[in-house]
Amino acid sequence: MIKIESLKVDLGSFLLRDINLDIRSGEYFIILGPTGAGKTVLLEAIAGLYPVLDGRIWIDGREITSQRVEKRGVGIVYQDQVLFPHLTVEDNVAFGLKIKKCPKGEIKAKVDTIAEIVGIPHLLKRRPDTLSGGEKQKVALARALVIEPKVLLLDEPLSAMDPEMRERMQGELREMHRRVKVTIIHVTHDFEEAVALGHRVAVLNEGEIVQVGSLEDFLRHPSSEFVARFALSRNIFNGKVVGTEDGCTFVDIGGVRVMAITELKGEVHLSLRPEDILISKEPLQSTARNSFHGAVSDIVDRGSIVYITVSVPPDSSPAKSRILPGELDFVCLITRRSFEELKLRKGVRVWVTFKASAIHVF
Amino acid sequence: MGKTDIRAKLDSMSIVFIALGVLILLFIFVPPLKTMFSSSPVTIWNTLLQTKVYSSILLTIYAALIATLVGLLLGVPLAYILSRHEFRGKRLLEGLIDVPIVMPHSAVGIALLFVFGSRFLMGKFLNTIGIGFVDEVSAVVFAMMFVSVPFLIDSAKEGFNAVDVRLEKVARTLGASPWRSFVRISLPLAWRSIFSGSVLMWARGFSEFGAVYIVAGHVPFFGYHPVAAPILVTELFESPGGLGAAQPVTVLLILICLVAFIVFRTVASRGVKA
Repeated sequence: MIKIESLKVDLGSFLLRDINLDIRSGEYFIILGPTGAGKTVLLEAIAGLYPVLDGRIWIDGREITSQRVEKRGVGIVYQDQVLFPHLTVEDNVAFGLKIKKCPKGEIKAKVDTIAEIVGIPHLLKRRPDTLSGGEKQKVALARALVIEPKVLLLDEPLSAMDPEMRERMQGELREMHRRVKVTIIHVTHDFEEAVALGHRVAVLNEGEIVQVGSLEDFLRHPSSEFVARFALSRNIFNGKVVGTEDGCTFVDIGGVRVMAITELKGEVHLSLRPEDILISKEPLQSTARNSFHGAVSDIVDRGSIVYITVSVPPDSSPAKSRILPGELDFVCLITRRSFEELKLRKGVRVWVTFKASAIHVF
Repeated sequence: MGKTDIRAKLDSMSIVFIALGVLILLFIFVPPLKTMFSSSPVTIWNTLLQTKVYSSILLTIYAALIATLVGLLLGVPLAYILSRHEFRGKRLLEGLIDVPIVMPHSAVGIALLFVFGSRFLMGKFLNTIGIGFVDEVSAVVFAMMFVSVPFLIDSAKEGFNAVDVRLEKVARTLGASPWRSFVRISLPLAWRSIFSGSVLMWARGFSEFGAVYIVAGHVPFFGYHPVAAPILVTELFESPGGLGAAQPVTVLLILICLVAFIVFRTVASRGVKA
């Protein structure tokens, strides 16, 4: 368990201030924020690598605010896998154990175990500069995990990867966390990544935590303009793959069945960009595989563009004009001109249409 | 086609610049080469066998080496601090470290006498602990160190700058104290720069004339009283033998510096590859 109370850190141009967090043991906790919000510094402050002006930090009930870095039991993995370039993969992973002067046999056993967990046994004899980005990141993870830290800090660990690699690594991080059960604090600027991995998410903006909660909290009750903007940038759904047909996959998202393209099975997340959804008064004749009838439930006017939330009732319940709890909200982005032409108001019934390929499944 | 391409690239400006470049290259290369090839190897060998000559060369190699070792001990920590910390006046300090490079070297010698001469504070202190200064090996070492240590500090600093500070941070989270992280991570990763800086410092110390000439003439060294090699060359030149007498020793000095320089370049270029 990690508890952070009224933490204050000087970032030079601004302050990280009034940071209060309560992170449960074994939790996968996400800190979400834009570039320059102070995420890396917050992690380094927790690790003791960055001086703290004020506030206190506890790990497992023990205050560590002024404890030396090497005594804290906090591991860190940076975005661009800073491996020790002069050591082999094996020596990188074994570094912490050698510092602790563990017996040779024990080092070997521990390195082998962790290498197996993160999937790098075949890389142990290699040198860091011969590895791919994903491989380096796994080595960095193994190196941090092998000394069994109480907390593992991940600083944008997937941001330097291409989308495909990122998705695979998300799966591997989840699997690793399931097996190792370490408390993880993972910072990212990617909303999807936060949704895919985090049990809970804290949103950090300009040095302040603006909201802590689950995905639903963010979507339903954004505490500020800033969180709302993060939440509006994507439609995110939890769903379950229910079948496949002609290369398309049916995913059930709370009673609404959408068609997507994915190889994944079981519980999945879906994301859909607001600008990829078409709104019309009549059903559209098009190649798009997904079309649903619903009612406008919210309108956020941003001047030249307008966010329209359309609530779609689950298949099981009869379509009604009023908005029911449990309906699916699709946030759509349209231009002011379309908004005026369609004469949209709250309660107006419309069709939302989007292509199967516009859905990102992860 | 290839030929016309090359000609097309060589516009009039390039031709003029290349010509000027060749001039300065000739100016740099011809004098040492001509000196080296106008003595027979036999003459050079016989010169080296003279006590006066070999003891002088050994003294110079030895003193420059001691200067470099002291420079490593005191300069590398400073280089690390300069690389890792920001503080008020850092720029100024970095500039001041390079001042010995631009100071007239005879002025360096005089300045050293003002501190280490037996009438002055440090000199008195050194005397009481049994270290003489003027006309002692220690004076040669100090003079060499003064004029050459900036090369080592600057090079080591560049080396540390090239080591990602996050590597040290990771090492710390893995249980290493600041000392361990320095020894296990920073030092091995910066050693190439430190080593090439050391070679540069050594070679610069080895070549020093002005400062050494002021603080130390003939110094006691392994049962003989040699002068530093650059001073020996001057003495020989001013002897009745003149240019001819000075030439074989000069060749030896050029050869020694050439070897040091080749070592330096080899290490430096490997560093670039890694």
